Amino acid sequence: MRRITCLVVMAMVFAMIFSPSAFSARKTVIKIGINAPLTGDNPKVGESSKHAALLWLEDIEKAGGLEVGGKKYEVELVIEDNEYKAESAVKANTKMITQDDVLLIVGPQSSSQAVPAGEVANKYKTTMISPWSTNPNTTMDRPYVFRGCFLDPFQGPVVANFITDEFGFKKAAVLYDVAADYPKGLAEVFKGAWEKKHGAGSITAFESFTTKDTDFSSQLTKIVKSGADVLFVPQYYSEVPLIVNQAKDLGWKGPIVGSDSWGSGPTFELCGEACKGLFFSTHYAAAGAKGATKAFIDRYTSSFGYTPNDVGALTWDALQLAQKAIQNAGKISGRIGKDRTAVRDALAKIKNFAGITGNMTFTEEGDPIKCAVIVKFNDKGETEFFKSSCP
Amino acid sequence: MEALTDLVQYILQNLINALQRGSFYAVISIGYSMVYGVLMLFNFAHGDIFMVGTYIGFGIATLFLALFAGFLPGPLIFVATVVVTMFLASWIGVFVEVAGYRPLRSAPRASAAITGLMIGIIFETGILIMLGATRLNFPKLMEPISYNIWGIYFTNIKVMIIIISLLLMIALHTFIQKTKWGMAMRAMSFDFLAVPLMGVSINIIAPLTFAIGAGLASVAGILYGQAYPILDPYMGVILGWKAFVAAILGGRGSIKGAALAGYLLGFIEIFVATVFPSTLRDLIAYSIILLILTYRPRGFFGMEHSTKLRL
Repeated sequence: MRRITCLVVMAMVFAMIFSPSAFSARKTVIKIGINAPLTGDNPKVGESSKHAALLWLEDIEKAGGLEVGGKKYEVELVIEDNEYKAESAVKANTKMITQDDVLLIVGPQSSSQAVPAGEVANKYKTTMISPWSTNPNTTMDRPYVFRGCFLDPFQGPVVANFITDEFGFKKAAVLYDVAADYPKGLAEVFKGAWEKKHGAGSITAFESFTTKDTDFSSQLTKIVKSGADVLFVPQYYSEVPLIVNQAKDLGWKGPIVGSDSWGSGPTFELCGEACKGLFFSTHYAAAGAKGATKAFIDRYTSSFGYTPNDVGALTWDALQLAQKAIQNAGKISGRIGKDRTAVRDALAKIKNFAGITGNMTFTEEGDPIKCAVIVKFNDKGETEFFKSSCP
Repeated sequence: MEALTDLVQYILQNLINALQRGSFYAVISIGYSMVYGVLMLFNFAHGDIFMVGTYIGFGIATLFLALFAGFLPGPLIFVATVVVTMFLASWIGVFVEVAGYRPLRSAPRASAAITGLMIGIIFETGILIMLGATRLNFPKLMEPISYNIWGIYFTNIKVMIIIISLLLMIALHTFIQKTKWGMAMRAMSFDFLAVPLMGVSINIIAPLTFAIGAGLASVAGILYGQAYPILDPYMGVILGWKAFVAAILGGRGSIKGAALAGYLLGFIEIFVATVFPSTLRDLIAYSIILLILTYRPRGFFGMEHSTKLRL
C-alpha cells in the first residue's frame, strides 16, 4: 500500500514538473501585467488604467490575437491591485513576475509606488512601463524600467515659467504632502526653478502636511500671511478640493496652480465653484482633441460613460508602446527570460512613436522626450487646452 | 504697533482654526472615554463607527435634500438629518457591543481589545465593497458664508461646528449627571462588580453607552462632512487614533478630561505647525504629548484606582 502511495506521489510530482513546459509548447500565451491602485487612496487612477487596458485587449481580441513574427498569440491581462501602497505594489510586481510569468508590466501609475516597484522589475529583468510616474528615480539606473510621461524636473520649470509669463508674479507659496514621493519631489523642483528665476526668498512659504490630513488651516493661514501672489499645490484629487476651498475661506485671493495629479480624478466635481478658472500642467487635454486622441476619447466615453483622464490616455499609450516593442522583438521563443530581454531591447529602440498624448522618443534612461500642456477648468468643469509647452 | 496687531490677528485666526479641529477630537474622544468608564476597555472600532456614522449622515442628507429641498427651510433639513442620523448610528454602536464585545466579555482583555480593531476593518472593507472606492462628496446642508472681521476669516460652518460640539457636550454632561441612566453609568464605572448586583444590568448599560458614543460620533461626522466634504472609507482611522490619544491624555474614563484633551490636541497641532516648519508638526506635537504623559501618567483627570485595573 505504501509503495503504491509512493508511486502515485512521484507520478504527480513528475506531472507537475513537466506539465507547464509541455503545455506552453503547445500554446504560448502572452501575459501582460497591470499594476494599478483599484482600491485605496486613489481608486479612480486604478479604474482608468483598467478601462484603458480593457479597450486595448478588445482590439487585440478583435484582431484574433497579437501578431508577432507572422504568428498570432493569445494575450492575457493579469490585473493586480496595489491598494495605492508602496509595499503592495512591490508584492504585486513580484507575484506577476515570479508566479504569473508576465512578459511585461504596465504600471504602477504613481511615483510613490512606481519607484519601489521599478526596483523589483529591474532586478528580475522584466520590462516595466509606468505610464504616469513623473519622479526621476523611477527609471534612474534601471535599464528595464520605462515611463510614458515627462518628468517632475520638467514639469516644475514649466509651471514656474507659465506663472511668470501669464501673471507676472514674483512671490509664490507651495503646499505639499511631505509623506508622498510625487508631491514632495515636484514641490522641491518647483521651488528650485522659481528661485532660479526670481531669486532667493521668492518662495515666501514652503508648507507641508501628511497623507490623509484634511485640515490645512494652519498651513494656509501661514501662506496667506506670507504675502505670496500664487499658490502651487502638486496634490491629488482627494486633497485639492479641500485645499482650494479652505484657502478661499481663510482669505486667499490669488490663483492656485497645480500639476498633472489634478487630472487623477473628479477634482472639479468634488471642488465645485472654487476651482473654476484654475490652471494646471498635464499630459493631454480632453476638450478640443483631434485625430487618434479624439477617437480614443470617444470610444472610452461610449464604453464607460465618462471622459478618460490623462491616466487612461497614458496607459493606452503605454500599452501601444508595449505592443510595438513585442512586435519589434520579432519572435516569442517561449523562454520567458529571453523574451523579456528581447522586448526591453526593442522598446529602448523605439523612435518618434506617435501616441495620443504626443510624440515620444526614449532617452538612455527610458524617459520619453515629449511636450506638456497647460489646461484650465472652464465654467463647465472640463479641462480646456490653454497652451502647450515643449522642452 | 502694526506688527503687534498683525500678530494678534494671526493668533486669533489660528485660535479659530484650532477650535474647529479640537471640536472633532473632543466629540470623538468622549466616545472612547465613555466605553472605558463602563467596560474598562477601549473600543478601537470607534474611529470606524465615526466613519460609518458619516456615511449614514451622507445618505440621509442626500435623501432629505432630494425630498425636501425647496419647500422646507435649510436649518430644518439640517436638524432632521442630525436627528435621524444619530438614531440610526446609535444602532451601529449597539451592534458593535452586542456582536463584538458581549460574546467576549469574560474573555482575556487582549482578545476583547482587538475585537474593536477587527470590527473596524470589517466596517472599512464593508463600505468599500458596498459603495466602491470612489470619493463621495458630502452635500452642503447650508450655504457657506465667509466673514472677515478685523482681518480674521471664518465661515458660518466653522461657527456652527464649534457651537454644536459644545452643545453636545453640555447635553451629555447633563444626561450623565442628572438622569437615572446617567447615574447608572457613573455607578458602573465606579464599581462594575457590585452595581450589577443592585439590579442595574450591564447588558443594558453597555449598549446604551455604545449607542451614545456612536450617536455623538455620527453628529461629528455630519459636521466633519460640512467642513471637509470628501468621504473615504479610511477617514476614521487617523482621526480615531488621535481621538484615542486625547482620551488617554484626558485621563482614562474621564469625559471632561477627554473633551478638554481633545481641544488641547487641536491647539497643539495647529500652533506647532504655526511656529515650526509644518513638516515637523506631528513629530513635535506628539513629543509634547509624550512629555505631558511622562509627568502626568494618568492624564489630566485619570482616577487613582484606574491604573490598578486591567489593561
